Amino acid sequence: MLEIAVSARLGTFTVDARLSCETDGIVAFFGRSGAGKTSLVNILAGLVKPDRGRIAVNGDVLFDSARGIDLVPERRRLGYVFQEGRLFPHLSVRRNLMYGYSRAPKSALNLSLDQVVDLLGLAALLGRRPRDLSGGEKQRVALGRALLANPRLLLMDEPLAALDQQRKDEVLPFIERLRDELGTPIVYVSHSMAEIVRLADTLVLISDGRVEAVGTVEDLTSRLDLRPLTGRYEAGAVISARVAGQDQDYALTELAFSGGRLQVPHVDAPLGTELRVRVRARDVSLALQPPKNISILNMIECEIQDVGEEEGPQVDLRLNAGGTAIWARVTRRSIAEMGLRRGTRVYALVKAVAIDRSSLGRVAGMRRFLAGSMAREPD
Amino acid sequence: MFELSALEREAIELSLRVAFWSVLISLPVALATAWLLARVEFPGKTLVNGLVHLPLVLPPVVVGYLLLLLLGRYGIVGRWLYEWFGIQLPFTWQGAALAAAVMAFPLVVRAMRLSLENVDRRLELAARTLGASPMDVFASVTLPLMAPGILVGAVLGFARSLGEFGATIVFASNIPGETRTLPLALYSLTQTADGEGPALRLAVISVVISLGALAASELMARRLHMQASA
Repeated sequence: MLEIAVSARLGTFTVDARLSCETDGIVAFFGRSGAGKTSLVNILAGLVKPDRGRIAVNGDVLFDSARGIDLVPERRRLGYVFQEGRLFPHLSVRRNLMYGYSRAPKSALNLSLDQVVDLLGLAALLGRRPRDLSGGEKQRVALGRALLANPRLLLMDEPLAALDQQRKDEVLPFIERLRDELGTPIVYVSHSMAEIVRLADTLVLISDGRVEAVGTVEDLTSRLDLRPLTGRYEAGAVISARVAGQDQDYALTELAFSGGRLQVPHVDAPLGTELRVRVRARDVSLALQPPKNISILNMIECEIQDVGEEEGPQVDLRLNAGGTAIWARVTRRSIAEMGLRRGTRVYALVKAVAIDRSSLGRVAGMRRFLAGSMAREPD
Repeated sequence: MFELSALEREAIELSLRVAFWSVLISLPVALATAWLLARVEFPGKTLVNGLVHLPLVLPPVVVGYLLLLLLGRYGIVGRWLYEWFGIQLPFTWQGAALAAAVMAFPLVVRAMRLSLENVDRRLELAARTLGASPMDVFASVTLPLMAPGILVGAVLGFARSLGEFGATIVFASNIPGETRTLPLALYSLTQTADGEGPALRLAVISVVISLGALAASELMARRLHMQASA
């Protein structure tokens, strides 16, 4: 359980954040750059002192201005993975890893060096110096170092932002392993919706130093009022689905969700695995009748629930597919010519190849949210 | 063929001892001062900074004279030191070491301050999040990272102390076997008839010692560098 209610003036910027959520799996702080995500994480870690408020992790109070509590960073026991790694240049990888471990209270030690080295594939790097590591390797070591301090909560501030796509793909699976195998609660800061869909269960939308909404990734990305925050280019629906079949001949995987079935490029997961799929609005076309002789494999029957009121050439529509929200972005002209309005029955066409590995994420355990006005109890 | 006379040995031994103690005295004080100047904001910082650099710009003789006023047998602090502890600094080799330390101080502080300012403070914050207290961070992160700067400071201070003349002769005088270091011995020789030969020998010895110190520091720096990057 992560409870934050703080306000802080940092120069001309003001952070006024209120948030309360369970910390199973990964909680993502999402927002544009300059929204205050890093400031909020620094406040959590004790590196920046808020003017007033309260911070508690799993009931342990880290900061409470009313009671005069302000734990120093070294006593908060929050692992922090920085964007730039921040490995100690004068220490070997092994000694970097052991830095936090040897300083953690003995009673808190659940993870050993061997376990973490194994999990993150660091065995070959132990004798090296940070300057001899690639960007991806550095972040893996930084991850291991923070983990080995055996923290109550792991804070990751855009740990992949400084890496190119290839290095990102190299580090991402390790973060997934960490989430799935260790169950260490993680706060993950990012401005990339792709990373969040892949990793996070809970989404915290941050804008202008404030928490705008807290909820499941699926719920928040389907809300029209939050669209300015979740972003236009990245806009899309996040659908919970389950692996329902594998087509070996064509290397396709069939996913079942409440609105029907989706064929996507092969996903290496056993039948029944719960997945999260992001379908971007711009990858969805609409037809009034099911078209024939067309290469698009996925045709999902749905009803138009909402038509956006944008002025520009394109408009976002929210579709209801058996209870699941799907977004489609089409031209205003198409809307006029097809006579699309609320209640129209349409077929949503989704190219299978538009859904790639980066749009898929595994679903972790149960989640529950108790955030102020945004409180929501899913299912 | 180059055998040292008793007088030369005495001067060399004394010079090394004075320089060694000078560095030893100034290192911790300079470290604290460098920290203060690089990391702490306080009123009167400019004044302190100026005071630290004063020996660099004042004629050394003036520094020696001021030391005498301050720490002399009847000086402001000196009288007190003598009456309470029986400590007398002028005309002793300890006084010579102190004079050398004061003269070398700005150089040592500068080197340390520069290296301290180059230490990435974000690394220190990272260490805090990993459970290290501020003192622990200083010992395990800051100090190792500024080690090259401390080394440079020590070598500069050592070299400066070996060459110290003006402040020493005023504050500690020119007493054979007590405060007559190499430069003072050389000076004394040039004041006597047929002292030219022995003076030249001392000059050569000075060059050799200085080069030796430089070489030693180079070696240490290389080892430090290897440690930091191997």
